[in-house]
Amino acid sequence: MTDLETFRQETRAWLEENCPQSMRSPFESDKDACWGGRNFQYQSEDQRLWLERMGERGWTAPEWPTEYGGGGLSREEHKILREEMARIQARPPLNSFGIWMIGPAILKFGSEALKRQHLPPIVRGEIRWCQGYSEPGAGSDLAGLQTRAEDKGDHFIVNGQKIWTSYADKADWMFALVRTNPDVKKQEGISLVLFDMETPGVSTRPIKLISGESPFCETFLDNVRVEKDQVVGEVDKGWTIAKYLLTHERSMIGDMGSTAAGQKTLAELAVDALGLEDGKLADPMLRTEIASWTIDSIGYELTAERARDEAKAGQGVGNVSAMLKYAGTELNKRRYELLVAAYGSEGLLWEGDDRPAGALPQRWLRTKGNSIEGGTTEVQLNIIAKNILGLG
Amino acid sequence: MQKLVLTEEQQMLKDAARGLFSEQAPVSQLRKLRDDKDPLGYVPEFWNQAVELGLAGTLIPESHGGSEFGHVGMGQVMEEGGRTLAASPLFASGVLGACALMLAGNDSQKETLKAIADGSHLMALAIDEAGRHQPLRVATRAEARDGGFVLNGRKTFVVDGHIANTLIVSARTSGSEGDEAGITLFLVDPKAEGVTVERTTFPDGRNYAKVTLENVVVGSDAVLGEQDQAAAPLQKLLDIGNAHLAAELLGLSSEAFDRAVAYMKERKQFGVYISSFQALQHRAAHMWSELEQVKSMVLKAFMALDADDDQASLLASAAKAKASQVAELVTNEGVQLHGGMGMTDEFDIGLFLKRARPVQLLLGDFRYHADRVASLKGF
Repeated sequence: MTDLETFRQETRAWLEENCPQSMRSPFESDKDACWGGRNFQYQSEDQRLWLERMGERGWTAPEWPTEYGGGGLSREEHKILREEMARIQARPPLNSFGIWMIGPAILKFGSEALKRQHLPPIVRGEIRWCQGYSEPGAGSDLAGLQTRAEDKGDHFIVNGQKIWTSYADKADWMFALVRTNPDVKKQEGISLVLFDMETPGVSTRPIKLISGESPFCETFLDNVRVEKDQVVGEVDKGWTIAKYLLTHERSMIGDMGSTAAGQKTLAELAVDALGLEDGKLADPMLRTEIASWTIDSIGYELTAERARDEAKAGQGVGNVSAMLKYAGTELNKRRYELLVAAYGSEGLLWEGDDRPAGALPQRWLRTKGNSIEGGTTEVQLNIIAKNILGLG
Repeated sequence: MQKLVLTEEQQMLKDAARGLFSEQAPVSQLRKLRDDKDPLGYVPEFWNQAVELGLAGTLIPESHGGSEFGHVGMGQVMEEGGRTLAASPLFASGVLGACALMLAGNDSQKETLKAIADGSHLMALAIDEAGRHQPLRVATRAEARDGGFVLNGRKTFVVDGHIANTLIVSARTSGSEGDEAGITLFLVDPKAEGVTVERTTFPDGRNYAKVTLENVVVGSDAVLGEQDQAAAPLQKLLDIGNAHLAAELLGLSSEAFDRAVAYMKERKQFGVYISSFQALQHRAAHMWSELEQVKSMVLKAFMALDADDDQASLLASAAKAKASQVAELVTNEGVQLHGGMGMTDEFDIGLFLKRARPVQLLLGDFRYHADRVASLKGF
């Protein structure tokens, strides 16, 4: 038996023993996700246990090195772990901006001390992170950010305001872009700093969105003390890391274009809502539009697959994440428009427990942000035009 | 799972094909064939060179004189041919003809494969009977008589029909016009009595024909595959054909796009290059993104065909649908971005527009294949 086959058997056995039964079904709503952190209200003891067990093994961050609490798995082993989890429909034990975003950046750019301080609690789900990038005056022009960090010898004093901070009101720490040098080209005076959200001077205010929900906050920074050893990478060199993280974020957001395993496709949902006549979706015009969407979604998923394969083979153009972000988010917006159309007025029922499409109006409205967050569609098109096509 | 990248050998074939087409069959060759009203519609010297490079036998087994390089390989050739709008019997004979014999032919019929691979025998597929592609609507009749058949009917949009040595004709041996069962494929000699082949012209200057069959007598050995049972192999053949047409559309769209982008960088208005206008940049970026999707879909469709994957029909139809949609977008925008110059015959960009539409329609356009994708997906 090869090592990988052994690994698969061991993984299967471990999951069988350690994944609680109630964690073996797809999320019923976004509220089933586990985010961890100091103040997280677990939905159930099983949810807490599942995170604890996976965290101890480092399998919340399977490919991170074991010395920082990670699973130390190879890419192939990680793939097997994913497959074995999918086999029993195991829920992801942890949703985490720590694992998705700042962790990889610390691993790549951070000091040894930062890695030892921050990575293990991220893996165990003990500390929940939020991202302080955008500002009221710095959206698409992110590098124009104005939050100031004044050098006070062994620390900085930070003043400014961040906006669109996902779950800032629930997070324990923030990674933020701040201006450490106002006298140079705007990209060259930015640093990436880390601080505890309980530091005096940090306050948050949720923003109510068109969906009625408040996943984002404004974050106010008023004379916030940030230690100098909490700078990731070098002072004034944060823009490179910011771009690295944005690329990462773009592929995550773009991924919304795909239909996750186990999730019903747009066509299946439309059939549920409308039924078939002579084997065809009962509304012919909608059938045409959904067919067109389905073709585009096949194209998107294959392009994401090809981009990964080309990257592994050392081929392909850079900046491809801009294209995937653009295509994926526009696709997701179209999917929700078509879903609303398929359910008709029943799909727009704003509240109540017996809605045929559940919280569809809220989810539909949330998708409108997909082509804005993480760099707007227009910014992605600019990147393609300038960096790939050389138009200027 | 197979990686969505070309192997080194496939890349080499692509490079070789690009070299051949750009040097021996540039766009100017098609232009000359059109202007001269060339009776053949292709340049035999070029065809010989393509054959020497082994292109006609790319899909044919080595035992029958081919190189057995698979659909991914032939697809690269089709894509590169699309870039220069190369006119040749490659698709009609090397793809449709060869695959029809490979899918449905008996041993003696497969003997012809060798002559397809060496370029000496040309094939053409005659299935359409109306403007829009409906391969299972067959009114052409084949009546059994004296151990053979008598064929009557009309076919249209037959690619390379007037230069073919053998026509593959679909005809109804039982059932009524719209039935899936009862269709049979016949190998018909265009010189046989009662066969009329009339070349028709299209905006792309390429070869299409109308074929009329009037009491054409064929022997039982003319039946390709099983009597009454042609629908299944024909559908498979059309999947193959559509994937290769999608590749040609990808090639011609990519070239039209590259030319439009190049033009944006040399054309000045208001004292600046028009490539500096964001309204144009975003349209170009959108087209590039769309072309990338087509590229992935075409490659995956070929891999599925080579692997005989049960998703091959879906992927081929999806690829042809998307390639058609994007070709329409890119060739229209190509003309628009060239401004007034785009409307002139002198500029090549219009030739890409005029080639794209017939290829889109051939074996089913976006609408046909979107409908098929929906049906295959169960909605």
